[in-house]
Amino acid sequence: MIFPGGDIGKLSVYGTVNDLAVQGAEPVALTMAWVLEEGFPIEELAKLACSVGKAAAECSIRVVAGDTKVVERGRAHGCYIATTGIGRVKPSVNLSPHAIRSGDCILISGPIGDHGMAIMSQRAGLVFDPPLYSDAAPLHRMTLELIAKVPGLRCMRDPTRGGIAASLNELANACGLCFEIQEACLPVRPQVHSACDLLGLDPWIVANEGKLIAIVPPESVEISLQILRSHSIGSLAAQIGTVQDLYRGLVIARTLYGTQRIVPMPAGELLPRIC
Amino acid sequence: MQSTDFANPIHVAALVRQIHAKSTRPLTLMEVCGGQTHAILRYGIDQLLPPELRIVHGPGCPVCVTPAETIDRAIEIASKPGVIFCTFGDMLRVPGSQTDRNRNDLMQAKSRGADVRVIHSPLDAIRIALAESQNTTPGTPKRHVVLFAIGFETTAPATAMAIRMAKELALVSFSALVCHVLVPPALEAIFDDADHGIDGLLAAGHVCTIAGDGPYHRIAKEFKLPIAITGFEPVDLLRGILNLVEQLESKPSSHRVDNLYEHIATADGNLQAQRTVESVFAVCDQQWRGIGPIPRSGLKLQPQYASFDASTLFPPVKLACEQPSCCRAADVLRGKIRPIECPAFGTLCTPSQPLGAPMVSNEGACAAYFLYQSLSDKSLSKTPTPIEKLAPRASPIGPALLRITPRKPSPCPMVPVADSRPNSSRRFSLKTTQAPSSWPVAIALCSIGRAKTAWPSLPTRLSCNP
Repeated sequence: MIFPGGDIGKLSVYGTVNDLAVQGAEPVALTMAWVLEEGFPIEELAKLACSVGKAAAECSIRVVAGDTKVVERGRAHGCYIATTGIGRVKPSVNLSPHAIRSGDCILISGPIGDHGMAIMSQRAGLVFDPPLYSDAAPLHRMTLELIAKVPGLRCMRDPTRGGIAASLNELANACGLCFEIQEACLPVRPQVHSACDLLGLDPWIVANEGKLIAIVPPESVEISLQILRSHSIGSLAAQIGTVQDLYRGLVIARTLYGTQRIVPMPAGELLPRIC
Repeated sequence: MQSTDFANPIHVAALVRQIHAKSTRPLTLMEVCGGQTHAILRYGIDQLLPPELRIVHGPGCPVCVTPAETIDRAIEIASKPGVIFCTFGDMLRVPGSQTDRNRNDLMQAKSRGADVRVIHSPLDAIRIALAESQNTTPGTPKRHVVLFAIGFETTAPATAMAIRMAKELALVSFSALVCHVLVPPALEAIFDDADHGIDGLLAAGHVCTIAGDGPYHRIAKEFKLPIAITGFEPVDLLRGILNLVEQLESKPSSHRVDNLYEHIATADGNLQAQRTVESVFAVCDQQWRGIGPIPRSGLKLQPQYASFDASTLFPPVKLACEQPSCCRAADVLRGKIRPIECPAFGTLCTPSQPLGAPMVSNEGACAAYFLYQSLSDKSLSKTPTPIEKLAPRASPIGPALLRITPRKPSPCPMVPVADSRPNSSRRFSLKTTQAPSSWPVAIALCSIGRAKTAWPSLPTRLSCNP
């Protein structure tokens, strides 16, 4: 329910807001369905509800409808929240993977893997100094500014489950082009790097909850990075790669040593390795 | 992504230059650690080496070599009511011997209602068992906690600690399904084969950290094989490779054991951990998946801990396990071929539908090759190979280098003859004519095979229907 840097109430709002934001929409309203387990403490429910309220106010989105269901003890692991969001898209906005062209640049708004590793480290009892916090954050202000000011913005994604490997593979498949990512440019916090090493995971496939991938034409890279870095959640934004037409629908990682590998679409649940 | 000293590109480049300068003849080096396999492929270390230097991968994944019968027993125990089954995460997807894919791994057992929990340490299972034994909620029966204890010398001490704690705490609702294996006996079994073809060995530093380097001196002397004990970062691995090249290229060639993991591993190893293991376990013969029985290569509980042995508390399952005939897992595990040289790799055998031991876990060599496919097998080029050299964009693949045939009824006894699922795209068998030159194309095709077999709903990347 609660993790370093957030809780599922806040996450449910941000997740919906971000899904709308990367489609080019301004978030307007959302509905919520709460599935509660019999015996779930009222105090915790109140905390989560307050968290939803604060997050909704922060995102200027209204919770316009909702429902609760209580299920038998042992049937819901505490509480589930399902949300549906509605946003407003200006007619002039036309974001699509099909707009991506060879030569375009791939930007990310900050370090990857914070959310997933904050949760997995907590489960594994790993403590880091400085501590690792989820990056859960709303992206709509950043995306709306990009839409308004970046000429030729192609498309955007928020790389949640499956990490950037999943989002980049989706986009590469959809546009039929090759994404070459320079690992030297990929921002990863040292704590995330260490936690991934310890648990046998790859930051590429670890979940994020407040990161943005934006594909822009080369001439718009500078302005895009300026905009991203002007927001506190995008202060470490970077260009991580380029789009090429050398391979069809592949994501290629260029390692620190100049070698290459294909980055596959991740499958299934993240499982820590034994050694 | 930041680099540590052990991943520093300047150090890496210097080591690569030295290896190129000192390497004069074809050499085959073996590593025996899933972590090293992953590092080599993830960072493309093999792409940096001279073409005549070949890295093969031994049985370095304890998850992969756990026998299918043990997985079957684990599934059966986990599926019993009143059992909490604790396992390392990467055992969840490892298939047993059942042909019904909906019933042959622990993940499926979990989805059918079994209480399967992922732990990060064997001591987590003790905590769960302790909480269960102290549970006084009326109407809630106490459940039995089973620890699936697998791993090499590295994890055995933690399992031994957990079992000793269980005895000290007099936990009656705790047991362990033990399948710990030992690396040196498996290496001796591989090198006993006169045709092993291995010139040098990269020994896993973490195994030596616990067990010391004693067994490796015996192996080096008996088989006249140079051994470099090393770690898992790019600089570690390249230091190990350079050491082996230097030993092999010296006149006369030497076969020493050199410890390049000296900042962690000592000659004696961790004596306290060794004593703990010896107090709880005795050495026994052990079946290795993909290899077969190896004498004195496993651990079993000492008689005084027999009450914690899940294999006697729960009756065994009688099963006939068969290795599919087209799967060359045994050759991969013995370092005779690399995963991409197996005819089933990436087509009939994928992580979602594995045939052989090294593909069953993320840790295995075949799975690592599948996950971290390079675009060209031996490429130092800074420019990606143009797509035309891999496969044409809009035309069927395969002029000179490949022979693509419509899939015939499979010769594998455990593989369905025809895949009747809608949208199935497993239609090809893929054979390379001359392995080295055709690898890039084969890899590109394997990638297609993977995309289509593991995620059949995704759009096809290249049109290759006959």
